Amino acid sequence: MALLECRKLTKRFGGLVAVNRVDLVVEPQSIHSVIGPNGAGKTTLFNCITGFYRADEGEILFQGEPIHWLSPTHIARKGIARTYQNIRLFGNISVLENVLIGMHIHLKSGLIAPLLNLKSFIEEEKEAYKRAMELLEYLDIAEWAFFKARNLPYGQQRRLEIARALALQPKLLLLDEPTAGMNPKETEETTQLIKRLRDELGITILLIEHDMRVVMNISDVVTVLDYGEKISEGTPDQVRSDPRVIEAYLGHGAASGLKPVASAGTVAKGG
Amino acid sequence: MLERLRYRLRYISGTDIALWIVAALLLTMIVVGSYNILTEGRYTGRQWLDFVISGLAQGSIYALIALGYTMVYGILFMINFAHGEVFMSGPFTAYFLAEYLKQKGMFQSHPLLALLLVMLLSMLVSTVIAVSLERLAYRPLRGAPRLVPLITAIGASFFLQYTFRGLYTPGFKAYPEVEPLKGTWVFFPNSLHLEIERMLIAVFVSSVLLLILLYAFVQFTKTGRAIRAVAEDQQAAALMGVDVDHTISVTFAVGGAAAGAAGVFYALMFRQVNYFMGFFPGLKAFTAAVLGGIGNLPGAMLGGLFLGVFESVGPSLFLEGLGVPAAYQLKDAIAFTMLVLFLIFRPTGILGERLAKRA
Repeated sequence: MALLECRKLTKRFGGLVAVNRVDLVVEPQSIHSVIGPNGAGKTTLFNCITGFYRADEGEILFQGEPIHWLSPTHIARKGIARTYQNIRLFGNISVLENVLIGMHIHLKSGLIAPLLNLKSFIEEEKEAYKRAMELLEYLDIAEWAFFKARNLPYGQQRRLEIARALALQPKLLLLDEPTAGMNPKETEETTQLIKRLRDELGITILLIEHDMRVVMNISDVVTVLDYGEKISEGTPDQVRSDPRVIEAYLGHGAASGLKPVASAGTVAKGG
Repeated sequence: MLERLRYRLRYISGTDIALWIVAALLLTMIVVGSYNILTEGRYTGRQWLDFVISGLAQGSIYALIALGYTMVYGILFMINFAHGEVFMSGPFTAYFLAEYLKQKGMFQSHPLLALLLVMLLSMLVSTVIAVSLERLAYRPLRGAPRLVPLITAIGASFFLQYTFRGLYTPGFKAYPEVEPLKGTWVFFPNSLHLEIERMLIAVFVSSVLLLILLYAFVQFTKTGRAIRAVAEDQQAAALMGVDVDHTISVTFAVGGAAAGAAGVFYALMFRQVNYFMGFFPGLKAFTAAVLGGIGNLPGAMLGGLFLGVFESVGPSLFLEGLGVPAAYQLKDAIAFTMLVLFLIFRPTGILGERLAKRA
């Protein structure tokens, strides 16, 4: 069974159709990339999946269960976490606490418990603290634990955002341009990190990325969006040679000027 | 150097000059007044100490109320002007329990237990009022422009005042006296012989304990972390599985509980309750929150204590030396002058770096 499935998902903003009847199937334990030119509807798609936008039509199934009518909070609790294109950390809070907030749903002590049962509350906080530190170490930012998040260097902030998302213990992690603004070395590290998340932690990853080297390097499946519509889907090699994709990126007619690499018919299209 | 000065001078407006003159005048008044009164020796050192101590007790009450203002501002960026009425509703309702317990003789036999019961009821009522206020009046307006909930808050404030006036009649009601808190305690009887009213000590100590407890709650518990996360970025917090609406309710509840406790302290100190009792403490606490830097929790506590001491010491220190008659009646004027001055010269408050960043 697919982990995440979007069926004929449509989102309109006034007259603009940002996402148009998109079908998307994300298999468990895969790295699935969504690419497309600016304004293709990638981030809108993410916002629909995480519940910030309500899709106008179509449905979203997570582990076979419809989630398109749930609030972002409840979708997060189902096990979907995301990071943002422009980093959105809790800037005035320490790095460690950012991760602890990510653990929010896994901590039990609520409003009254700290007063009634101080001991178990302290135990739980200690345990959470330990796990948060482990996560920070896993992402190699443990040395920054007690800094305010906004004082971190850019690359570390990106890592922290991933750490915070991991604290949710998600089954599906949505990464919105995780390598944006990174130099080649940092990009390479992040690429390895994404691979490790899948291989070591078994997290399924849905990725928006502009850096084609990253996409082609680690993706199992690539979906291409243009003007809100899915124009191509397949393995990196299949997508790379699809004339529609080349057209979408380079402009209409561009594909005809290129050497024929493969016939359009070989590209798996549609859901 | 001269070049720089000339450059700066070019950008000075008439308003700046007027403000400097105001500041200089006030400063002169303060210095001259203080100098006169101190050289005159009208008050002894012990009397000054009394001013400071009663100021601290009063200020700790302001701090507790200010907490509600500042937490709500931190999370919703609105001034909850009905918070003074949240403060009033608790002790006003608890008065009837206090009266009942007094008739049953509990205030005589177990005074502290009775006081605790009164306090719990007061906190409960204030909490319920604060949470319902958010649920019914503010939440439907969450997406509206910021002026809308502000005006709603003023409306809610009047609504609560006159509802409680209708429910409990407009007269003043006298709170029962608590026997163990009457009289004074003497510290260092051999050397200093510091004699302090028990009530002031009790109010100050319990307020400070409550403040510490609330601060620890916000700093170290999961719910407190959620409050801070929502204050920073509601969307990102929702994405972490934090229930934003629930967290906002909790914020109002915490502010309400603090106000309910402050209300009982206030009623014990001044021995009376009334439907209008929330108005001035509410405004003062708002002033305290602005002094400390609104949105900033330690700031509100500091601002409350500072304002309490300032308005207790201020009239005698600054005004009497200038020959102002009945200076003590001008303590409210002093408090609100502070508010205006802070808004002009340092709108971010004492500790308010966060507001500055947002503005």
